[in-house]
Amino acid sequence: MLSQWGFVLILSAIAVIIPVAAVTLGHFLGPRRPDPIKNETYESGVETIGDTWVQFRAQYYLIGLIFLIFDVEVIFLFPIAIAYQDLSFFSVIAAVTFVLILILGLFLEWRKGALEWS
Amino acid sequence: MPELPFPLPPLPTVQQVVFVGIALLTVVGSLAVVLARNLFHSALGLVAAFFGAAGVYIIAEAEFIGVSQVLVYVGAISTLITFAIMLTRGMMFGATSPRNRQSGTAAIITSLTFIVLMALMNGINWPEASEPIVDGQAIIAGLGRAFVTEYIIPFELLALLLLVALAGAIVLAKDRN
Amino acid sequence: MNWSDALIQMQYNLGAPQELSWLVQGITYFVGAFILANAALVLALVLIWITRKVISRIQDRIGPNRLGPFGLFQTIADAMKLLSKEDINPTSADTISYQIAPVLSVVGVIMALAVIPFGAGLIGADLNVGVLYLVALGSIGIMAALMAGWGSNNKYALLAGFRVVAQLLSYEIPMVLAMLAPVLLVNTMRMQELAQAQSLFIGPINLGIGWFVFLLPGAFLIYFISALAEGEQTPFDLLEAESELVAGFHIEYSGMKFAMFFLAQFLNSFFLGAIAVALFLGGWQGPFAGQIPLLGPIYFMAKTFFIYVVIQWIKGTFPRMRVDQMMQFAWKVLVPLVLTLILVQMVVMKLPLPGWINSLLVLVANIGVFIAVLNIMGSYFRREMVRTKRSFEPKSLIGTMQPVNTSSGD
Repeated sequence: MLSQWGFVLILSAIAVIIPVAAVTLGHFLGPRRPDPIKNETYESGVETIGDTWVQFRAQYYLIGLIFLIFDVEVIFLFPIAIAYQDLSFFSVIAAVTFVLILILGLFLEWRKGALEWS
Repeated sequence: MPELPFPLPPLPTVQQVVFVGIALLTVVGSLAVVLARNLFHSALGLVAAFFGAAGVYIIAEAEFIGVSQVLVYVGAISTLITFAIMLTRGMMFGATSPRNRQSGTAAIITSLTFIVLMALMNGINWPEASEPIVDGQAIIAGLGRAFVTEYIIPFELLALLLLVALAGAIVLAKDRN
Repeated sequence: MNWSDALIQMQYNLGAPQELSWLVQGITYFVGAFILANAALVLALVLIWITRKVISRIQDRIGPNRLGPFGLFQTIADAMKLLSKEDINPTSADTISYQIAPVLSVVGVIMALAVIPFGAGLIGADLNVGVLYLVALGSIGIMAALMAGWGSNNKYALLAGFRVVAQLLSYEIPMVLAMLAPVLLVNTMRMQELAQAQSLFIGPINLGIGWFVFLLPGAFLIYFISALAEGEQTPFDLLEAESELVAGFHIEYSGMKFAMFFLAQFLNSFFLGAIAVALFLGGWQGPFAGQIPLLGPIYFMAKTFFIYVVIQWIKGTFPRMRVDQMMQFAWKVLVPLVLTLILVQMVVMKLPLPGWINSLLVLVANIGVFIAVLNIMGSYFRREMVRTKRSFEPKSLIGTMQPVNTSSGD
């Protein structure tokens, strides 16, 4: 079974080599005439004011947290799905309860307005 | 052919060579986390270390854990860490020193932990796998079955824990005003 | 017969020593991976050509038609042009992240090739965790977007990077849950077995049309919509909302580095279509595919290209969604609906009823979800249509105009 991952390893090596080769080739084939104005940050021709840091909304962080929790849930559901055939009805109900508790969580987020993006 | 004065060490197996590569990735990534002057670079080092850990799991034929590692740690936790860095003013582009007042204490504690772990690992009589795993899928299925039969109470408690975490997320991210 | 076994056997027949089995296997895998990865590059040229042709037909143009038959060589010329472009490195960029990001975006996409079942026995590596492996690769794309956005040290790039990451995160959940539905039916995550299970035997003859889309249309639709978002395609191509973000997180990239992001995006939407084919549209199964093995890859590619053309059709006809609506659509519509579907399927398939009643109940639930999703999307786009009409026919609507909400939501 492990040898299958050997293929993945070799493919990943090739997958790294291809873009590196392409970028290197482009670097040497293209002209190189850097000048300070060309290498400035592009902002539609307007000079950049201040640093790149802008106030990001905490919403992004919240989405990340909710995603993390549902990601963990999904990870737990996949082995159950594979064992599904041999599970008793009671076991399936246990899995369903697991999901229902998380659906409760989703509705909690919904009620509290955490899913709004205003 | 002249007789060598000492026997040649056996050639490493492919698995061992790959393991060394993965271990190097993990170590270099972890060092980057500690030593990088830029917080975002530390986060990138962390991602590399996570990938290394996933590789170790896969070499140990724990494919499911390895993939979950990438999914949860690289996909969710590093993104979350990056978001947290970017939400904090000044931490994003300014260089931070990797050393602070606690660096000495931290070094001592980590070295001690390392020594203890090494001693523990040397003391254990590790069981050797009798035969290679043939049906990796049955292992994942066994895991799934254990969730809903043997470990059913921890499993449901986990759902409650995740629910509490969801509630906590709202409290954390809601504006104070 | 698996392709790698056949190739290994061939090398032994040619006289490869048995002691070097690891080398023989390595050579086999290298040859397979090399062909696969380079075929992907050629494929990308074709994909770009298809996109340009389909979009121009929709817009009443002809599209590329000068170079080669039907303008097929236009993309090659474009690739040459990109090679000859200057490689601009902005002074303020963060070198490490800026340089690695384009490479990483391609790596994440090409690695998906490993588990795509092109035909019977034609799969790079039939991993036990195939489905999850594909999902895990998505996180490489997320890292690439973050690194490009941050490394460019550009306000627009960073904003776009954040947006695209939020989008990828939000739509990953419904996508994975929709992929869980076929996994629940077959009880495996191996792509080859999933494709194999979608056969339909009448007597001894395999018609090959027992596709899961006929049983799980709801899950398929949710997968397809989420895949559109994951592939950053219209109506979810907010990262390149030109009027708001100039170009997206790759605004600071030029020449070959830009081409890498471009390549990754085209290949990604094609592979997401390939996964849809493998999970829901029968993979390489089709009439007589069992008898004539060559038909398998042909069916697979034909179905995938069909999905790809549909994606381009949507690109040519749909308006772009607003960022707030897009996020809410994922969490308030897709996630609850797909969770309901999974729950219904889990319970119903265990009920002590005849098998066909179980399947019928699952189908009914799926059709319900299918209609609900289409209705919600339809009502949204109808509202957009009214809004657009208003801005084009102001005179007839004086007094009825509503202030247009233009907040981009960042």
